[in-house]
Amino acid sequence: MLHYLEHALSAPKPSRRSFLKMSAGAVGGLLLGAHIPKEALAQNGDDGLIQPFVHITPDNRVVVLSKHLDKGQGAATGLATLVAEELDADPTQVSVEFAPSNPQVYANLLFGVQGTGGSTAMANSWTQYREAGAAARDMLVKAAAETWGVGAEAVSVANGTLSAGNNSATFGEMAAAAAEQAVPEGVILKSPEQWTLIGSDMGRVELPAKTQGSVGMFAIDYQPENALIAVMARPPRFGGTVASVDATAALEMPGVEQVLTLPVGVAVVANNTWRAAMARDALNIEWDLSNAESRGSDQLIEEYRALLDQPGLPAGTRGDGAAKLADAAEVVELEFTFPFLNHAQLEPLNVTVEFDGTNARFWSGFQIQTIDHNVAAGVLGIPFENVQINTKWAGGSFGRRAVPNGHYAAEAAMLAKAWLDATGGARPIKLTYTREDDMASGYFRPLHMHRVRAGVDAEGNLSGWEHRVVGQGIMIGTPFEDFLVKDGVDESSLEGTNDTPYAIPDMVVDVHHPTVGIPVLWWRSVGHTHTAYVMEVMMDRLAAAAGRDPVEFRLAHLEGEPRLAEALRRAVASAGDVPEGMHRGIAVHKSFNSYMAEVADVRMRDDGTVKVEKVACAIDCGVAINPDNIRAQVEGGLAYGLSSILREEITLTDGEVDQLNYPDYMPLRITDMPEVTVEIIESAEAPTGVGEPGTPPIGPAVANAVANATGQVITELPFSKHGLA
Amino acid sequence: MISFTLNGQPVSVEVEEDMPLLWLLRDELKMTGTKFGCGVASCGACTVHIDGVASRACQTWAADVEGAEVTTIEGADSKAAAAIQQAWVELQVPQCGYCQSGQVMSASALLSETPKPTDDDIDIAMEGNLCRCATYARIRKAIHRAAEIMEA
Ligand code: FES
Ligand code: FES
Repeated sequence: MLHYLEHALSAPKPSRRSFLKMSAGAVGGLLLGAHIPKEALAQNGDDGLIQPFVHITPDNRVVVLSKHLDKGQGAATGLATLVAEELDADPTQVSVEFAPSNPQVYANLLFGVQGTGGSTAMANSWTQYREAGAAARDMLVKAAAETWGVGAEAVSVANGTLSAGNNSATFGEMAAAAAEQAVPEGVILKSPEQWTLIGSDMGRVELPAKTQGSVGMFAIDYQPENALIAVMARPPRFGGTVASVDATAALEMPGVEQVLTLPVGVAVVANNTWRAAMARDALNIEWDLSNAESRGSDQLIEEYRALLDQPGLPAGTRGDGAAKLADAAEVVELEFTFPFLNHAQLEPLNVTVEFDGTNARFWSGFQIQTIDHNVAAGVLGIPFENVQINTKWAGGSFGRRAVPNGHYAAEAAMLAKAWLDATGGARPIKLTYTREDDMASGYFRPLHMHRVRAGVDAEGNLSGWEHRVVGQGIMIGTPFEDFLVKDGVDESSLEGTNDTPYAIPDMVVDVHHPTVGIPVLWWRSVGHTHTAYVMEVMMDRLAAAAGRDPVEFRLAHLEGEPRLAEALRRAVASAGDVPEGMHRGIAVHKSFNSYMAEVADVRMRDDGTVKVEKVACAIDCGVAINPDNIRAQVEGGLAYGLSSILREEITLTDGEVDQLNYPDYMPLRITDMPEVTVEIIESAEAPTGVGEPGTPPIGPAVANAVANATGQVITELPFSKHGLA
Repeated sequence: MISFTLNGQPVSVEVEEDMPLLWLLRDELKMTGTKFGCGVASCGACTVHIDGVASRACQTWAADVEGAEVTTIEGADSKAAAAIQQAWVELQVPQCGYCQSGQVMSASALLSETPKPTDDDIDIAMEGNLCRCATYARIRKAIHRAAEIMEA
């Protein structure tokens, strides 16, 4: 085990209790009064109204402090919408900055630590950020009433302007006076009919900048004065260590300042990324691979297949699956194989660090700030409060930046410490992963296999379901273990199976979590990436075995799940008739508390490959805060899933990753992109996930369409293995 | 010494002849609008215009731009680039935004050449620009929209 993991494990733990606290409704009230030091937020020495989640400046800007990383999913604009709605701000005066790392104030209320993931940004902030906006509005109103000598009820607020009779003032003009008011104990939130911004599209706050080079936004573009660049040579197999280094040639190369041997690799520090990478190639390193993982992916698949024959850890039993199967009229048995996957976010991992022996500062697209912060402090051996964590906009993540062991913060901390030891001086250093580093560095969606036997009875209804899963548990051995691992069973391998929304009265699920030395991680929609595929391909096969229509068959088994059933009806209705020359497949899946249905129309090309032409979707994600952003997330989410089933696969030979850059691991291109329509089902329920639910159903929808076209049921992914992509 | 015109201004830099233009721009000149995605000409994040032609900066050597006119996203101010940027915001194209410097540079080169591109023209011009957030459907619509803006 990597020695810095202990610091991650000693971080405040994510817990189910924080979830319960939230359900009990004790959300924003506690936090409304929680001030953070003015110095932490005030810029240019200005004053104004400074609250944990919103800052109103004398120059009339409303700055929303986002506790969530925005990696493209639109969380920043979502939070800004919630604040601006209750504040009655003018959307053009609103901007977003990332909050400092402070778990007391900025915890994700579903995790208990500061972090972004699991499509929870809006769900956990829904009340909190609206209350923050309402509290700030209340303070502005009271300040205006006091200034003008009128009652608070006489003051009205619209579009960033306070007025009463002939008096009017901007938020900025009233900000200093508002700061003198007491923070209200409780606030009354608007009712849905009063919303003007929630449910309309105020436009992503950062998009103009993102069409002009995103200057200063991404961590990789952060270049403080005097900064150097580091690239690191890492062991060729996971678990390897450095035996010896000969850096003579590298040190003589232009621009090279230092070669530093760290516990996790050898870093070359230079004045230019290209020079650093060239010098890294000139290093002569002997690795000790005696404890490294040396199995290849083919060997793992063989071992996993053998495990499929043996009973695993019980992971959910109801009724009597075996007896029902013995009596079933028809039985379908399939075995599925899902490869390791790389996130391949376009901005490679990188962290800038500066450490003077007492204080340290870090800049990155941090996603679980509390863990990164704790790990950084632990590795450097300095107190938590001496570490400053600066979150930058991230060039994609899809899960990759949320690491339960804080590995990239740890690497940067080790680097900064080694630099200080070697040179005696503080200097900002940006540790950059090249694409090859990023792709081969592990933290993959884990390889999984499933074997399912399921039956239908003489009436054509589901009757008996046996389901075995083999795969590394993502949460095992991490600070999230308490959260999602019970009796050795990692829910993140199973979600979507043992909690299926289908009425399957007789079901037995078990699981093996083999110990493999390849670091694995959540990947957009986590376990649903494979479980939805298995469930929805099985449902089509079972409908066929029962001689029933796949839509009708699903609806018949979704009687207790009206929201999912409605999503399916709406998606099918919006897809209309199957276009000439195309083949249709459908799939539904519930994930991150949202309900998603996708109808895929595909064309088989003459060369035998599949082109997905159209996908009609329907989603129920509760209140739609920014509808256009929901559509964008569903478009992107399903394309991400489509990309993975067509061509994506990380393989290893003797423990070494075979794919090194995009040509070997080919994500979706513009020419592969289907036309997508997204229906958002109206709902008054609290908002649920949007970033991930689009991903799971597309794979099985396309697989079902291909099966309808060719009779071939694809159970071993990706499709490129079968000449289909 | 390599001398060229960058966004309309003459520049001279002392670098190795085989330094990729990408790192010359980003690390020597601190022009970070041009992004690093792969380094091997397979993602398009580093797209710039060299004498008006969309080119991958990661696979262009410093010596290759001697005497050339290089335009990066920071200097993209042609009529086509302005139309693309306007359409990009109108249709809310970017998600994470990391690929979008390259997308804007490829799309504006396309529009400068072909003011009314067909879907096939778009496929050919844009296939080399990876977007891991898969904003492709919006990119296609926004290029058509930008063509309309240019016409107006
Ligand atoms: S960085 Fe140049 S094409 Fe990817
Ligand atoms: S917008 Fe994220 S990679 Fe294109």
